[in-house]
Amino acid sequence: MRRRERFTIPGKYILFVLTVLCVGTMSLSFLTDFDGGPLNVISGYVLIPVQRGINSAGGWMRSKVENLEELTAVRGENESLKEQVAELTLENNSLLQERYELAELRRLYDLDNEYGSLDKIAANVIGKDTGNWFHMFLIDKGSDDGIRVDMNVIAGGGLVGIVTKTGPDWAQVRSIIDDMSNVSAMVLKNSDLCYVRGDLQMMTEGTMQLNELRDPNDEVEQGDKVVTSHVSAKFHKGILIGYVNEIHTDANNLTKSGSLTPAVDFEHLSTVLVITDLKQQVDVNKADGEEADSQEEQPPVSGDETEESSGTPDGESSTTPDVPESAEGEETE
Amino acid sequence: MTEWKDIHSMKRRIILVFLILTCFLLQSTIFKTLSLGSISPNLMVIVTSSYGFMSGKKEGLWVGFFCGLLEDIFYGRLLGMHAMIYMYIGYANGYFNHIFYEEDIKLPIFLISVSELVYGLGTYVIMFMMRSRFAFSYYMIRIILPELIYTIVVTLIFYRVIYMVNRRMEDQT
Repeated sequence: MRRRERFTIPGKYILFVLTVLCVGTMSLSFLTDFDGGPLNVISGYVLIPVQRGINSAGGWMRSKVENLEELTAVRGENESLKEQVAELTLENNSLLQERYELAELRRLYDLDNEYGSLDKIAANVIGKDTGNWFHMFLIDKGSDDGIRVDMNVIAGGGLVGIVTKTGPDWAQVRSIIDDMSNVSAMVLKNSDLCYVRGDLQMMTEGTMQLNELRDPNDEVEQGDKVVTSHVSAKFHKGILIGYVNEIHTDANNLTKSGSLTPAVDFEHLSTVLVITDLKQQVDVNKADGEEADSQEEQPPVSGDETEESSGTPDGESSTTPDVPESAEGEETE
Repeated sequence: MTEWKDIHSMKRRIILVFLILTCFLLQSTIFKTLSLGSISPNLMVIVTSSYGFMSGKKEGLWVGFFCGLLEDIFYGRLLGMHAMIYMYIGYANGYFNHIFYEEDIKLPIFLISVSELVYGLGTYVIMFMMRSRFAFSYYMIRIILPELIYTIVVTLIFYRVIYMVNRRMEDQT
């Protein structure tokens, strides 16, 4: 026992010191944008290569298992597919018509040149949130590859999330289904603004919250597309978020809310695209200079007022982020 | 009572760090693909709690701290939040060190379950209740309990591995 006392400090003191340390870093990361700094770099160098390895091995194993499963499924599928071919030929005709409509709509929203001209890089998902409460994940590209905080992440044509932290060769992405995510969105049909929030409770049914939709003319219905809005400070405009699932009028009789089915399959996410143009940069380049109010404080404007806020102010990122942790304070239901 | 506890050899620490890293990697990759109903077990609680009652308060405290810190760096929002929860779990488990018998599996299962429950409730209170999400029964039934059950099932296998690793280290030192 004598020897032990000479070598060691009692656990109580260590506990106390570490608690103070933890509270310190917690408040530091809550109040400032401190995100670990050197810790990110060191731990990244140790863990990321291994994580990449495990993940590709896991992916390989899973693809083998899936191959076997698929073989049996494919036979049955083949039968039904033949029937479908006949149906689809019919449907194709009507779709061709819709394509013209789509082209028309795209021109309307400038989706083509906004969305297509942005620079993107592909990244692999190499790890998912260790807990079951949130939906963060890691990708294998980091600040060395030009990834910055607030870059938009998409996959399969839909919005996946936003980069919230970067290391040298890894980055943390918060998906839009995360309980703390809050995205300013609009219904494509009539440009009505709304908010799309992740909700753990609804996510088990595969949906998200759709809030504060004005829709004065009752045009929005099930299946309508919801995209990121033009007033968002962090998300590029016109990225598909999902489809309206169900909608009802709020108790205040002014706004509507409901649920939305995301366009991306978050369960089987393996590759994502990171848009390396930041919203703020693109807007600066466009040099609109037009001052728009931050959408964080005020309720969404209705469709007929959309012109006035085509550009977001450049320095906005630091003061009024779109889906910041400060969104916590906002959620008072 | 137990002399080996005092001997913190370098080797022991390296193995410990290695074990923590392995668990963290397994949890964020393979165990995520093995998730049932988007619920996956919590290896970090198993490791923290096991080291708490196997090797005492101080080691439990350190193991918990590093497990939590890893989670915080890569997946956390508040740096230090998980580190603190796990640290206290490890420390509290250390109180049961003197009634821990090597052959008995009941106590480990019980302690790990309680730790897991504390972790779940802690996360709910800090991250959800504070943001006025009061549907506690929902979170309890949908997240906390399934995670608890899955963790217990994994414990049955995983605890033996940790126990064996610890035993080996004991023998060598």
